[in-house]
Amino acid sequence: MSIAMPAPDEGTLAKRDRIIAAMQAIVPGEGVITQADALRPWESDGLTAYRQPPMLVVLPETVEQVSAVLRWCHGEGVKVVPRGSGTSLSGGALPLADAVLLGMGKFKRVLDVDYEDRVAVVQPGVTNLAITQAVEARGFYYAPDPSSQIACSIGGNVAENSGGVHCLKYGLTTNNVLGVELVLMDGEVVRLGGRHLDPAGLDLLGVVVGSEGLLGVVTEVTVRILPKPETARAVLVGFPDAESAGACVAQVIAEGIIPAGMEMMDRPAIHAAEAFVQVGYPLDVGALLIVEVDGPAAECDHLIGEIARIADHNGATTTRVSQDEAERMAFWAGRKAAFPAVGRISPDYYCMDGTIPRRQLPHVLRRMEELSAHHGLGVANVFHAGDGNLHPLILYDANVPGELDRAEEFGNDILRLCVEVGGVLTGEHGVGIEKRDLMPVMFGEEDLKQQQRVKCAFDPDLLLNPGKVFPTLHRCAELGRMHVHHGALPFPELPRF
Amino acid sequence: MLAPRDAQDLRAIIADAAASGRKLELRGGGTKADFGAPREAEIVSLTALSGVVDYDPAELVLTVRPGTPLAEIEALVAGEGQMLAFEPWGDAAATIGGTVAAGVAGSRRVTAGSARDHLLGLTAVSGRGEVFVAGAKVVKNVTGYDLPKLLAGSWGRLAAMTELTLKVLPAPRVTTTLAAHGLSPRAAHAAMACALGSNADVSAAAHLKRGITLLRVAGFAPSVEARCAALAGLLSDHCSLSLLDEAAAAPLWAEAMTGHKLAGAVGWRIHLPPRHAPALVETLEPLGIDWAMDWGGGRLWVALDNAGPDVRMLAAQAGGEATLVRADAPTRGRIPAFPPRPAGVAALETRVARAFDPTGVFATTRFAEDAHADQLSA
Repeated sequence: MSIAMPAPDEGTLAKRDRIIAAMQAIVPGEGVITQADALRPWESDGLTAYRQPPMLVVLPETVEQVSAVLRWCHGEGVKVVPRGSGTSLSGGALPLADAVLLGMGKFKRVLDVDYEDRVAVVQPGVTNLAITQAVEARGFYYAPDPSSQIACSIGGNVAENSGGVHCLKYGLTTNNVLGVELVLMDGEVVRLGGRHLDPAGLDLLGVVVGSEGLLGVVTEVTVRILPKPETARAVLVGFPDAESAGACVAQVIAEGIIPAGMEMMDRPAIHAAEAFVQVGYPLDVGALLIVEVDGPAAECDHLIGEIARIADHNGATTTRVSQDEAERMAFWAGRKAAFPAVGRISPDYYCMDGTIPRRQLPHVLRRMEELSAHHGLGVANVFHAGDGNLHPLILYDANVPGELDRAEEFGNDILRLCVEVGGVLTGEHGVGIEKRDLMPVMFGEEDLKQQQRVKCAFDPDLLLNPGKVFPTLHRCAELGRMHVHHGALPFPELPRF
Repeated sequence: MLAPRDAQDLRAIIADAAASGRKLELRGGGTKADFGAPREAEIVSLTALSGVVDYDPAELVLTVRPGTPLAEIEALVAGEGQMLAFEPWGDAAATIGGTVAAGVAGSRRVTAGSARDHLLGLTAVSGRGEVFVAGAKVVKNVTGYDLPKLLAGSWGRLAAMTELTLKVLPAPRVTTTLAAHGLSPRAAHAAMACALGSNADVSAAAHLKRGITLLRVAGFAPSVEARCAALAGLLSDHCSLSLLDEAAAAPLWAEAMTGHKLAGAVGWRIHLPPRHAPALVETLEPLGIDWAMDWGGGRLWVALDNAGPDVRMLAAQAGGEATLVRADAPTRGRIPAFPPRPAGVAALETRVARAFDPTGVFATTRFAEDAHADQLSA
């Protein structure tokens, strides 16, 4: 619990009754939640170690209401924290004691599907999976598939630039969103992008996706939908160690194959998953790969053969190819159950999310074992092997005093290691509050200031989701200041022609 | 023209211009100099900032300096059986920096994404004369704001990139073109929509005015063979398809992808919802236009003899946006390159531009968007 949030503003807390009255005037009925017991379910998101009841919750139903809420809060200097389904694993939707929590859960409609142009227009509270469900009867789906897809909302996906196991081949949210309607903190409603590719002007949509709710509140999303592949097949491969599994992954890609999914699990994760779901994972291996290919049957058959050959070449000890859909799903069942499975062997676990250059995997796993010994906490690893996105699960017991803090320290050490080997702090979960204070490990002061200047262009009073992403809050006026470098006549030595 | 030798030179030039209120225009190979309005600005040539910094094919990541010729990069990655999936194109002098800054993408863009989707990270000098890093050198990253997206397609209005990290992907082993002949724009669009909406994994679809429809099927040989066979059946109600050999197909794709061959002094590029493309073509044809359709109808190149007809307005009525890509200087002085955005978006865009370039060092008269930069910087 080492991450501090900004101190609540006493002036805001003092006018809570007036804020409630104003919100009730904008969102009538049951759309404003104020009672302490009713606020409790909203006190946390997917990063449950951090809890803070919001000052109040507002659940608007129309874009006009969202705009009016933001305009009023902007005028009064009241902070706002937007929230989709609250599944963020980095604390992106953690409430603040002096902020309105703006829940977008009532925006649940699929507005339009255009199969000819392959786009769907949906409200932000529609779940990721519901988009696929809305279009699958016609043979389409929405490609990004974060593991929380039954619950997480597309608005939250936009905020976090969510990924999933298929994103090496199909991209993250940012590669699958064509447009949004966005309400700025001052209440202005803008449309960025639309139903066609590559709109004119600066790619504002590109920076809004993944901005973690700091730039605006999304009220409508236009996504691309894709034709569902004809078939999918998976192969389950066991290796004596992570080195050989990593070499196999590298060779698959070197031979020109981009699998739909390529997941690796280490020994602790394999054992936890197998004990939980009994899908027949080999227990005598050091690393397990699930490689899935999709497309026409002819392609899948060809690629599965190639992958089995490459696995064999890299010292695979077991290779099983899915013979039918049930077996393919069984291969995945263990991987998809890895988190709850680890939850069975440990009272609590803390899920990390760094990305590394894949060639660094053996080194990183070795260092992680050392860190595990140093911190006295176990770790299990699941890994989106194709794109280098690592999810170490740190095992701890929150009821043991000090263990949560140690788990956080261990996690921070892992993320520092990821950056040290040329990777990043987060591949898909977002910075939120969780990695906020580690941002200087990856970015210099000027890098962070440049990002914050973009924030200032959208929200100059820093009222939207403050305390997230950036370790240091700079006032926008201070960030805008230019340090003029006066000096000698410029560059007499430079070639001019 | 200023020719910085390295990133330090470049930083000093920009810092000095910011301090002294001069305007700079960033330039790669200069192949797109005739885009946008005539302007007066000191040219900063980035061609000396050239070369590959790091290329690790197995990691699918390539880091290069902006002045590196595009052709050199394409040859390098092709040597490893890889490609830039957004299918950039340009004249011989085109650089990777200019290509990304202009948001250039080829026919494959419809399925593989644009330059913005493949720019993973960068180092740049802002209009403040300060060096910053954004994004990263791995294929999957959500740490901090995605500033590379903003710089891709920004035409040098925000910052000067000194290093770009791009995602590369395996090149398909086999690329096949299926062609149909004699289709009307409407029939061609329907066939392309059917193909792109099928699970035959068509990677590009284009249609030329003289009635040639092109579908690209790429991948591993057994898969390409199966998908080509499937497409013939899927499209049997629309057209009959024949295999086109690659020597014949390549120039046709180039026509559809670049619009360069179109006859007419004034050229437009229209991005629009594909379903509206046939009607727009039908509206424009009586005006005597030449045209080519790419991205299954999502990109329409239009050329005509003069700037008389309001192509921009007609494109807007079709839900699209028309960008002026070819015209003489007086016309480019009169008609802004990009269509105007709604006031709220335009104001936001200006604030974002000033977040990188507060004094408007890069805000020349080339783009109407920057016309008021001087007043706003106060």
